Amino acid sequence: MTQGDGVTAEDHPSIAVTAPLDDVAIRRLRVGDRVSLSGTIYTARDAAHQRLKAAIDAGEELPIPLEGQVLYYVGPAPARPGAVTGPAGPTTSARVDPLTPPLLARGLKGMIGKGKRDATVRAAIVQYGAVYLVAVGGAAALIAEAIKSVEVVAYGDLGTEAIHRLEVVNFPLIVGNDCVGGDLFEQGRARYRRAGGE
Amino acid sequence: MREIDVHQITEHVAAAVQTLNFDTPPPVLDQLSDVLHREISPTGREAMRAIVANRQLAMVRRVPMCQDTGMAIVFVTLGQEVHLTGGDLTAAITEGVRRGYRAGYLRNSVVAEPLFERKNTRDNTPPMIHYQLVPGEELRLTVACKGFGAENMSWAKMLTPAEGLAEVKRQVVACVEAAGPNACPPIVVGVGVGGTLEVAALLAKRALMRPVGDRHPDQRYAALEMELLDLVNATGIGPQGWGGEHTALDVRVEYAPTHIAAIPLAINLDCHLQRHMDIVV
Repeated sequence: MTQGDGVTAEDHPSIAVTAPLDDVAIRRLRVGDRVSLSGTIYTARDAAHQRLKAAIDAGEELPIPLEGQVLYYVGPAPARPGAVTGPAGPTTSARVDPLTPPLLARGLKGMIGKGKRDATVRAAIVQYGAVYLVAVGGAAALIAEAIKSVEVVAYGDLGTEAIHRLEVVNFPLIVGNDCVGGDLFEQGRARYRRAGGE
Repeated sequence: MREIDVHQITEHVAAAVQTLNFDTPPPVLDQLSDVLHREISPTGREAMRAIVANRQLAMVRRVPMCQDTGMAIVFVTLGQEVHLTGGDLTAAITEGVRRGYRAGYLRNSVVAEPLFERKNTRDNTPPMIHYQLVPGEELRLTVACKGFGAENMSWAKMLTPAEGLAEVKRQVVACVEAAGPNACPPIVVGVGVGGTLEVAALLAKRALMRPVGDRHPDQRYAALEMELLDLVNATGIGPQGWGGEHTALDVRVEYAPTHIAAIPLAINLDCHLQRHMDIVV
């Protein structure tokens, strides 16, 4: 069972989750849970988000499906010849906060990145029953091991910032924001803060 | 007088940017493993386990430990008895960065101009180079590959003498709190105090280049470093911001003489990767 207080112990096994996500799986997840994600996800960072937002604003069809999908905020380093991908760790999620609620409104259910989300995104995660998963920043070689295939599906001119479809197996993650309003960063910090700090 | 061929410098820099992205020196691995063992937060330990495992995997696979393979920064400390031959030193260092990033399949993360086109230079040049002339026959290069998750969360501020030491402490804690998880904790905090605006910023960067476990030779500054480390770790932010007792691996302070009217202060953050090394030619 999950703890829900931002303090999952390592003796709790990780929860296997499949992407695209279904609502039952999302409702089970609580802040601090370790997740092992397998399935199909899409990459999108700053520039791809700007294009998705522009397409929504213009009433155009989006180049990828959003319903139930997971977006991973990443710009991989180049792959060596013969390798599936170069190192592919998470980038800072906060930079795409302003562009995220319209995607959640169109069915996006999961996001993977590093660091906190703003109040608007946190509220939208609860409103639309989504989940924000965090990966370890700077653990890009480790994460690349979980990526089994990479294919550019939209905005190829953006290079590392293009939208790629990834097949992943056992991508190690932890729940940062759950669908009931839990926040790993606030809860984790409150627990370990001591007098002396401000 | 001693002659040094700048082609040698190109080779050194090209090798350095690759090893900095692939390899973890034993003192850094020991430091990170030590934090893993001492951290009491389960989520903090979870982050540290991934950080340590990633280091070991990057070394074995010869792949970069992070997809942000950094902007190259080079501090050149040149003995004035050295005579450089074979061409332009700045061009030689730049060529080393170009070759190293290409050979190592490192990401090109530099744009030629910051405001309008932001066009990628496609070879990760130019590096940011700082020159210092000293007596002697030695040429020392301090090479760093700086990721911008942490660089973005750094700041500088001109304080008044009346605000004093208390405000310096408050600013350091405020900077780390504002950075939160974004700087990829556990971080190293470099503090430059004194000089002028630009000197304080360079001192803060220089502070980040000191080796693991290094303490300031002035006892007052050494004590300040340890006090600041405790204050920063009292925030509870922890590894990756997931809660814990290890928000920073270290705080290092450098100072310079300054004007009677000011306390220039710069705070430069480095992520847990700490990709920097010294080369003595």
